[in-house]
Amino acid sequence: MLRTVLTAAIALAPMAASAAEVVSAVLRIERERPAPISRLELPAGDEGFMGALLATRDNETTGGFLGHTYVLHKAAALPEDATAALDDLIEQGARFIVTLAEADDLLALADHAAGRDVLLLNVSAPDDRLRGVDCRANVLHATPSRRMLADGLAQYLLWKRWDRWALVHGSHPRDREKAEALRAAARRFGARIVSELAFEDTGGARRSDTGHVLVQRQIPGLMQGLREHDVVVVADESQVFGVHMPYRGWTARPVAGDAGLRATAWHPAHEGFGATQLQRRFEALAGRRMTDLDYEAWVALRAVSEAVTRTDTADLATVLAHLLSDDFELAAFKGMPLSFRPWSRQLRQAVILGDGFTVVSISPQEEFLHQRTRLDTLGVDEAESACPL
Amino acid sequence: MRGFLAGAVALLALGPVAAWAQVVFVTNEKGNSVTRIDVATLEVIDTVPVGQRPRGITISNDGRQLFVAASDDDTVQVFDPETMRLIHTLPSGPDPEQFVLHPSGNPLFIANEDDNLVTVVDVVTRRALAEIPVGIEPEGMGISPDGRVLVNTSETTNMAHFIDTETFKIFHNTLVDSRPRVAEFTRDGSLLFVSAEIGGTVSVIDPASGEIVHTIRFAVPGVTPEALQPVGVRVTADGSRVFVALGPANRVAVVDGRTFEVKNYLLVGQRVWQLAFTPDERYLFTTNGNSNDVSVIDVAAERVIKSIPVGDQPWGVVVSPN
Repeated sequence: MLRTVLTAAIALAPMAASAAEVVSAVLRIERERPAPISRLELPAGDEGFMGALLATRDNETTGGFLGHTYVLHKAAALPEDATAALDDLIEQGARFIVTLAEADDLLALADHAAGRDVLLLNVSAPDDRLRGVDCRANVLHATPSRRMLADGLAQYLLWKRWDRWALVHGSHPRDREKAEALRAAARRFGARIVSELAFEDTGGARRSDTGHVLVQRQIPGLMQGLREHDVVVVADESQVFGVHMPYRGWTARPVAGDAGLRATAWHPAHEGFGATQLQRRFEALAGRRMTDLDYEAWVALRAVSEAVTRTDTADLATVLAHLLSDDFELAAFKGMPLSFRPWSRQLRQAVILGDGFTVVSISPQEEFLHQRTRLDTLGVDEAESACPL
Repeated sequence: MRGFLAGAVALLALGPVAAWAQVVFVTNEKGNSVTRIDVATLEVIDTVPVGQRPRGITISNDGRQLFVAASDDDTVQVFDPETMRLIHTLPSGPDPEQFVLHPSGNPLFIANEDDNLVTVVDVVTRRALAEIPVGIEPEGMGISPDGRVLVNTSETTNMAHFIDTETFKIFHNTLVDSRPRVAEFTRDGSLLFVSAEIGGTVSVIDPASGEIVHTIRFAVPGVTPEALQPVGVRVTADGSRVFVALGPANRVAVVDGRTFEVKNYLLVGQRVWQLAFTPDERYLFTTNGNSNDVSVIDVAAERVIKSIPVGDQPWGVVVSPN
């Protein structure tokens, strides 16, 4: 039917505008990560890249009306080659660089790029220190910090009146940092951590043929000594044991944190605020579901484009100033406009609470108020910020 | 249902020249249904199943064809408003959301959210006449009273696209605030209002130049600014008052159509999105998606006089002509 349709030519009438060319890139610093416990979470390999590609397509459409063009480069490098890869991208003209990198790798890139005409957009490192003592003038954070995710989860647990938490955390540094973020969230919103349990990672294979038999016997025993609690809160970013907690505890309690109910930047089942359109656009492009990394890469480059559109220039200083100003706001399928906290360069955003299947809620919860914006009930606030910028 | 039967009997009794009672039609996005409300009694007549995820809704000038965008069925369904029997469907293109009829009654201009297109469909021959490429996530559809200019808003590109309805080409773009949802002309065509849901504003645009002449902002004591999310916009025929639905702020703002000052805020149901006047402008109906009801506003008094429970997640609303 549609084949016979007379398709109007793409005779876009550009507005009076400059011929800005926006050159961006995605740079991934490769670190070996253990295989996930569930094969449903095996990585596709192009997480983040596809989100950046979709953002570039979206930006090209908008830019077509304004005479702005968008280019995307991609690179992946081992940690020892990271700065050379960054130099290559800068050489190719990239000014806005989405980084898929852990905290220390990101800091190395930021310090290497200091003083040059380039802005890094962190979409994968949740570490609060990158927004605090280790903040950098040339790094914006599109991904929520651990504290934002922990606060978003805590608000919902408190809304449910589940205020007695049993905290079970892993032994790797990022698990301990997550546990610390959850403790801070409990203090902030008035939950009590009635018991804590550390789970040592002793290595070994992530999966085995009849592994469930052993796990079924082990977990209840470990949980037996915990004090009376409403919810088990798991800090296991390393994915060593957390996903084994639901349904296997000593008592029948819900599980939240890095298993069960999780707080994330994105969820492939999220359909609120028009999100279905973004999910479908992404799935048509990538042939798979949209992950956190894809969403955050999309958001980062959409933010850049929004600033370019409003300021009608690709000049980095002008774009950065606009991104950090009160005038900047981004519609990104989360119900409230996203903007940057000038004191930490963190993108304000709602976080999604979901199980593996559906969206359960979206935080901030309505009942938690703030004098500036409710989004600032998530994460470290201005008064507590350790960022010297 | 009993009310509907009684209405049908009354109609028969009055003979073929009798006008069908004036009716409000509400699409229930989650209920996959349309609720009909009798304007005379402000009571629900019935709730009728339609296609999946019904959103945009409009009615022909003669009141004989009701158009419903069944978004998840990728079609526009055309119903007989009296019997609610499906007459036929229109080739809408994928995921139709909002649409607007040409003032002459034909064609229908449809926003296809997923494909960055506006599809133009002849409602008589039921053929697509053109597909017009626009910005990302086309949504709002407004048409000038003379039918010459179609305005489409794109939610992620954040523009109002001005389209020539003869050539189906964009001749102007106006950048507005974030996530523009609805475009509405004044009856004399002298002004265009575009709501920006995330931006929290309504842009007042001079359609002749495409320039924004004023930006309407909202403030309600005790309501967080992020909750002030303008969506539906309706202007009285004389242009003196503009009604703006403010989404999760649960209010409809009443704006002076000359000074653009906000004069009043009317408390309605939860997450208010779309609005429709009765042709005599006695009432304004609002769809409240999170409280599953329709609020009835007495337009002269600027007072909410009733809330009418409808189906699940009411989205769009239209009132039959006299």
